[in-house]
Amino acid sequence: MTDMHMENLGNPDEFVAGGADWEDIVTAARQRADDTIVVNMGPQHPSTHGVLRLVLELDGETVIGARPAIGFLHSGIEKTTEFRSWTQACVLLTRTSYVAGMHNEAVYSLAVDKLLGITAEMPARANALRVLMMEVNRIASHLTAVGACGLELGATSVQEVCLRERERVLEFTEAVTGLRMNNAYIRPGGVAVDLPVNGVDLIRELVKQLRKNLPEVGQFTLENPIFKARLQGVGYMDLTQCMSLGMSGPVLRATGYPWDLRKTQPYCDYETYDFDVCTADTCDSYGRWVIRLNEMEESVKIIEQCAVKLEATAGQPYRIEDARLAATSDLSVAADGQGNSLAHVKHIMGDSMEGLIHHFKRNTQGFTVPPGQVYQTIESPSGELGCHVVSDGGARPYRVHMRDPGFNALQAVPMVCEGGMLSDAVVALGSLDTVMGGVDR
Amino acid sequence: MSETPDAAGALPVVPLPDVPTLIDSQEGTWGNTSPDVSGFGGLARRYDMPGLVTPPLEGWFAVVDQAISAKVPDVILARFVDRGELTLRVRPDLLPDLARVLRDDPYLRFEVCGSVSGVHYPAQAGSELHVVYHLLSITHNRRLRLEVAVPETNPHVPSVTPTWPMANWHERETYDMFGIIFDGHPGLSRILMPDDWVGWPQRKDYPLGGINVQFKGASTPSADNRRSYAR
Repeated sequence: MTDMHMENLGNPDEFVAGGADWEDIVTAARQRADDTIVVNMGPQHPSTHGVLRLVLELDGETVIGARPAIGFLHSGIEKTTEFRSWTQACVLLTRTSYVAGMHNEAVYSLAVDKLLGITAEMPARANALRVLMMEVNRIASHLTAVGACGLELGATSVQEVCLRERERVLEFTEAVTGLRMNNAYIRPGGVAVDLPVNGVDLIRELVKQLRKNLPEVGQFTLENPIFKARLQGVGYMDLTQCMSLGMSGPVLRATGYPWDLRKTQPYCDYETYDFDVCTADTCDSYGRWVIRLNEMEESVKIIEQCAVKLEATAGQPYRIEDARLAATSDLSVAADGQGNSLAHVKHIMGDSMEGLIHHFKRNTQGFTVPPGQVYQTIESPSGELGCHVVSDGGARPYRVHMRDPGFNALQAVPMVCEGGMLSDAVVALGSLDTVMGGVDR
Repeated sequence: MSETPDAAGALPVVPLPDVPTLIDSQEGTWGNTSPDVSGFGGLARRYDMPGLVTPPLEGWFAVVDQAISAKVPDVILARFVDRGELTLRVRPDLLPDLARVLRDDPYLRFEVCGSVSGVHYPAQAGSELHVVYHLLSITHNRRLRLEVAVPETNPHVPSVTPTWPMANWHERETYDMFGIIFDGHPGLSRILMPDDWVGWPQRKDYPLGGINVQFKGASTPSADNRRSYAR
């Protein structure tokens, strides 16, 4: 694209654009012995799940080379956290893999909890609220993955159903946290606000709705011959391939290996919930699709159990009860979506000078975390999400590294695309469920 | 680290370990150069990576420690057990041998190298740049952290990509962000930043690049230039 000619043909509204070396490129392509062409898919293609650039070498419609190029969404989130307080880092990190934002907050918060040494003291209600929001978020993320994959095949009704249900899920998320996405709800030491007064009713309503509507996606697709022809055998990765590339989540489970960190290395009391690990034995995009549909059903089961736990723990603390760590006030989500506590404002402005000082110190300086480093992993919708946190004993993280499953999974693009058709490359990429926000951070 | 003063009122001298563990040190109240009028300007504190232990270790940590020592002698420089996690500080030159043993030995079987990333410790003169490997053994359901320290002046670490192909992009990102060169990597190039970028963004001496926040008649320094209420 160097030396672009811009010729004005007399009329000020008309221009002719042409590459200066275009003739050379055409001549060089003609002189090559093979008939392969190199096509850039993206970085703004609807099928690349964000700003991913795929450099595809094509022989006719067959992909003989695929090289992903990333970094277009890199915004230095990890670096920026080093200049913000431990709590503020949540607000940044939730924006990494934004479709599954709740999981980013959770893995970071669990890591900081571990550094603080408060994991064992976390109130049961805080854990139940974390699990609730993670599973609600898992459904939202799977609906996005499933719907986008349907849309890429031209099955627009799949995407319509998925977006409709996802919107319901996000409405619930908004009622609890005040925001649809980028919530910063799960924080070190617990969660930001308690469940609203009618929260358990909202959960039951959501479960009822999801039970009724989620099977619709499967009815459209699972036995549809065209749909099966497009997904079965596409994006094949068996267990050996998955292990060599460190795959996790639905991609690994589609080989029949039941590796789910919620079961194998439980966190947030996941060991007390009754749910199944979904697997398939087809090693292909169809298997991953079926797993995502089944996992949403399992998540509904977990959400139901959360409702029981939250009913039993009503009125109990929803975050750690250490005044040095906890936020100063008990916020509730007001009509404008903002957190608010009039009682707290009255306390610090009218009653207690010490309360005002504490409020000021806690909200400007935050809290300190003893020196050390931890690595926490959780089962995010697309696989193992890791967070390496180093503290130097200060009020800010010394280093935060997010190990995003999508970053790792994109390395498999050549393996799942090469040798297949161009249209299958889109399906194979979609079945890896990568979100570029998490890949590039 | 005990900080109880003895009878004479002096703090006990803590012997420095052979392996540098210093994360950061601080002088004065604020830990930076802004005028300190608090009267505590003479304070000096150091913050070390906790958990340095000497063998024998406990539980499966001992199994891993002994299995490694038997197969690749002298590779382990130090062992840290902290918050239930085992960190092994290892020699960079023996890393490829160690990686192969960690993956293939039946007592170890760390099949997955989940994450490779860097940490920059400018306070550790001579070993400023650390590469951190997070390994997972699916067979034994264990996690292990390896740490390799190299100097800023010669930041070369052998690549583990021949053993763990999944480490390919993680090592590229670590090179991109920290300038650590992984010898033997099949295609070490920048991955997140543009190819022609100058500098290593995640190093501590690389500025965040914020701009001042303007208010009417005043301005607040950018996030990276504010006084740090560090500790």
